[in-house]
Amino acid sequence: MDQQIWGVFMNVLELKNISKRYGAIQALDSVSLAIAPGEVVGLMGDNGAGKSTLVKVIAGNFAPTSGDILISDKKVAFNKPLDAQKAGIEVVYQDLAICNNLSAASNVFLGREPTRRIGPIKVVDYAFMRSKSAELFARLKSETRPRDLVHKMSGGQRQAVAIARTLLSDAKIVLMDEPTAAISVRQVAEVLNLIRQLSDQGIAVVLISHRMPDVFEVADKVVVLRRGELVADKKASQSSPEEITGLITGAIEHA
Amino acid sequence: MATPTLAEVINRSQHHGLIARITSQQIFWVFMAAVFACLALTILTDSFATERNLFNVTRNFAFVGIIALGMTAVIASGGIDLSVGSTLVISAMTVSVIMSAGMPFWLGCIAALGISLLVGAVNGVLIAYAKMPPFVVTLGMLSVARSLAMVLSDNKMIYEFGPDHDFLLWLGGGSTLGLPHPLIIMVILACLTAFAFRHLRWGQHLFAIGGNENAAVLTGIPVARIKVSVYMFSALMAGITGVLEVGWLGGVTTNLGQAMELTVIAAAVIGGANLAGGGGTAFGAVVGALLIEVIRNSLILLGISTFWQGTFVGSFIVIAVAFDRFRQRKS
Repeated sequence: MDQQIWGVFMNVLELKNISKRYGAIQALDSVSLAIAPGEVVGLMGDNGAGKSTLVKVIAGNFAPTSGDILISDKKVAFNKPLDAQKAGIEVVYQDLAICNNLSAASNVFLGREPTRRIGPIKVVDYAFMRSKSAELFARLKSETRPRDLVHKMSGGQRQAVAIARTLLSDAKIVLMDEPTAAISVRQVAEVLNLIRQLSDQGIAVVLISHRMPDVFEVADKVVVLRRGELVADKKASQSSPEEITGLITGAIEHA
Repeated sequence: MATPTLAEVINRSQHHGLIARITSQQIFWVFMAAVFACLALTILTDSFATERNLFNVTRNFAFVGIIALGMTAVIASGGIDLSVGSTLVISAMTVSVIMSAGMPFWLGCIAALGISLLVGAVNGVLIAYAKMPPFVVTLGMLSVARSLAMVLSDNKMIYEFGPDHDFLLWLGGGSTLGLPHPLIIMVILACLTAFAFRHLRWGQHLFAIGGNENAAVLTGIPVARIKVSVYMFSALMAGITGVLEVGWLGGVTTNLGQAMELTVIAAAVIGGANLAGGGGTAFGAVVGALLIEVIRNSLILLGISTFWQGTFVGSFIVIAVAFDRFRQRKS
């Protein structure tokens, strides 16, 4: 792909010594991490290791106590989630933030419905919504149909709807919180495929998951947090589920 | 299998034929029930298909139908509005008091609708910003608004409406081309509501809030503002009905619209509004109101005591919700 552009922005996201304290609790302790465009990063750790705190810092839910966030090598400060969204960071929430009573197309455009004018009135442009979301589903190689109601869809298709929403805004990084936690084996394969599609389009994915096989199936890099500290940051191909398990539990100190 | 083109994918949908699509709608069956009831009454009684009776039925049904449009919006957004009957009476009292003091109709009408919108705004702000349950807020308003109507009128009947007396009676009680005015106004409002539900972002957002409020918040929909507007919309519909009903009755007392909220909720729910939020149509509200009114009228014509009306209306709500639950479990 565009080597030149990628050459300039080596990292789409870089965290430098990010710390977050809640009173006496050190939720994150000097975490540094760099993510390249299109890279899939598996973020692992036990409950309370600081995964969701880290994700919330990146997504702009709250500011770190200290440390810097760089997007495409530029320092940024997020005061609210909208700031992060404008910088190209999208979050796919665990419950997907989807309305079952609306069509797939309406869900993709939820809160940003395009309108066209009829005289003085602005009406929702359904035709554009349908064709654009069909295009996005095609990009994701998903068979989701824009006009279908979401409540009749499989878990994988629902994920496609939530992910198509991130494509709509030209995201650079998509944060996914346990996307494979509550769905069937076949649907897991579908979701992992969606993640690969995002990566192929140069979008970096941070995958928060407890499921070791899923992470090793799709991640380029595995990052492990333990008690707020980053204890591993390695290529998935150079690691193993056994090593990562050891790192999560503390049986292995550092990698 | 050949890979489908983009256009094919877009046009594909889960619906199969037009007939399958229509018969899968609850409102189709409700509509059929209403038609069947009308036919049965025409055959069974001499009095149903008379001009006089039909005129009364259509007007009564229009009053319920107009408020049911607002109620459908509230229910579709995941709320409930128990204060519509009281909003109706405070609007009716406002227009009556102002007109009987010798002021023109337009002034009374604007004041009545303004008061109604204020009632809705108070409901909406308490629900959306103070995050109080809609049931509690609107139940309180049910009491407050009716009591204020009593204060306003000193609980007296008003039947003299000043210089525009005849206009008011014509507006609510008259007809054009054989159609009662409330019916004409209901049809216009139903079309506007249907358009707003389907084609405005407001409609999309209110259905999104009813479907999954958390998702609406996360995707940046101005949830609180939309909720306030929805309760104001409901109150406005009740307010319009209040003005029309004064004109029809030619007089107003403070017990106008008492227990009307239940009839209206029944109409909305029978018409397919989902009490869990996220579903409902303007057409459904109208058809639901029609069925309720036809049944109510039939009870009278068949000589059944009016004491039974509450039993029917209450049972209808429960049956409609039970029917919905049953359908959901099946799918």
